[in-house]
Amino acid sequence: MEFKTFVFYFLSAILVFAALRVITARNPVHAALFLVLAFFNAGGIWLLLHAEFLAITLVMVYVGAVMVLFLFVVMMLDINLERLRQGFWSYLPVGALIGILLVIEMAMVLGGRYFGLDAMPVPPEPMAGFSNTRELGRVLYTDYVYPFELASLVLLVAMVAAVSLTLRKRKNTKYIDPSLQVSVKREGRVELVKMQAEKED
Amino acid sequence: MEAMLQPVADLFGPTWPAVWTLLKIVAIIAPLLGCVAYLTLAERKVIGYMQVRIGPNRVGPFGLLQPVADGVKLLLKEIIVPSGANKGLFILGPILAIAPSLAAWSVVPFGDGMVLANVNAGLLFLLAITSMEVYGVIVAGWASNSKYPFLGSMRAAAQMVSYEVSMGFALICVLLISASLNLTDIVTTQGSGRFHDMGLSFLSWNWLPLFPMFVVYVISGIAETNRAPFDVVEGEAEVVAGHMVEYSGMAFALFFLAEYANMILVSILTSILFLGGWLSPVGFLPDGFIWLALKTACILFLFLWARATFPRFRYDHIMRLGWKVFIPVTLVWVVVVAVWMISPLSIWK
Repeated sequence: MEFKTFVFYFLSAILVFAALRVITARNPVHAALFLVLAFFNAGGIWLLLHAEFLAITLVMVYVGAVMVLFLFVVMMLDINLERLRQGFWSYLPVGALIGILLVIEMAMVLGGRYFGLDAMPVPPEPMAGFSNTRELGRVLYTDYVYPFELASLVLLVAMVAAVSLTLRKRKNTKYIDPSLQVSVKREGRVELVKMQAEKED
Repeated sequence: MEAMLQPVADLFGPTWPAVWTLLKIVAIIAPLLGCVAYLTLAERKVIGYMQVRIGPNRVGPFGLLQPVADGVKLLLKEIIVPSGANKGLFILGPILAIAPSLAAWSVVPFGDGMVLANVNAGLLFLLAITSMEVYGVIVAGWASNSKYPFLGSMRAAAQMVSYEVSMGFALICVLLISASLNLTDIVTTQGSGRFHDMGLSFLSWNWLPLFPMFVVYVISGIAETNRAPFDVVEGEAEVVAGHMVEYSGMAFALFFLAEYANMILVSILTSILFLGGWLSPVGFLPDGFIWLALKTACILFLFLWARATFPRFRYDHIMRLGWKVFIPVTLVWVVVVAVWMISPLSIWK
């Protein structure tokens, strides 16, 4: 077996195991950490495809930022397994629907030859000095610049919407204004008063 | 070198590349751990002299064997696992802390061609690996099942995520002007320009045109490593020792090692990205690793100096500095640099 094939199966085995544990782990924190492991191995598999930019970005964005915030929230949960199991039957129809959709999509990819996916040519081996990052940037900012900008706008709108939905302005919050703090002068705070010494007779 | 090693390579046969890489890893990690050990001594000495004390001077001449004594002490202490702790994650915490801080060194170049893995996306790799450092702290804080560690890990998560953003934007400026994610290329592009031709190479390094980014990067680096004055994660007055409260012996020492290895990493990266790496500051002296070591040592001294000088930031001030000062400044500067590069005034053509 070629070394690359071995690496692929090694990473895939861990990925499948971690993904299974994400949905079977009782403890949400464990599940989140297994999701981190899954992302990491998915990044490894992308590296095998010479997609180093995508792989590293996956680790940077999902492992480095998204999952940290996720853990941040999950850690503060009061983990009560009884309560977590409640509502299993009411969520089942939605969950099953999504599950079936995923199965269909995966079947289309895995059984690609029935859907004509094997007509795609195998990408050529990259030349020496080929930079995946540079090529991706060139394509994104020339051929696909409008879809790319559109996607970024959609994300921006989503971000603003999320902030404005959760923003609650409280009237009675006490803020410290650093500019006022800095501009404080001695005269504003201390008053020197001249007075006669008091004597006790 | 290649010809000299050929007999040894034949001895190992097809396993030679793996053995050779392992040897290189040891050649990086062993001196690094030595540096970490002596950085702790240097820190205590420097802070001691700044506070008109002598610092450790009992073990060995001038206290030079103090790190060895500390290491032996930590190795021999018992690792106590609290009964309420989540055992697996409690052990995993220190491992997750130390692993990324060592893994990041694989792409750091120490000289022209002196690098373990000369990857194209080296800078991205570093960003990804250093962004994983926070997991050790979070996992340790949660697994301890105790209030103070938990508060410490909450603070760590918030702080590291906020300062990563400004750090990333500072790095974007660097890669804009060097047009490469490869760390070796970033250093070599700094060794050209008008000042370099005049023999004043240190004026052509990135720190001068990117001065605000240089400052932001160093300060964010201090915040990312949770060092004073940004060390609210382990602020002893509020959360005792943060995520490390329940740890003892070698498990505690791993957090310590990770923190100091990260300090050295941030310093060497600052030297590589902004201070010309191994390039010599003036034309008549040769380039070499010694320059990189000297620059790194200077930045490390800055770390210690800051710790001895500044009082700890209040938590809301840290957040304000990260989100309301650094991120707007870096955002604007990215645009400024981009416009500067395509304008006729560009100095990078």
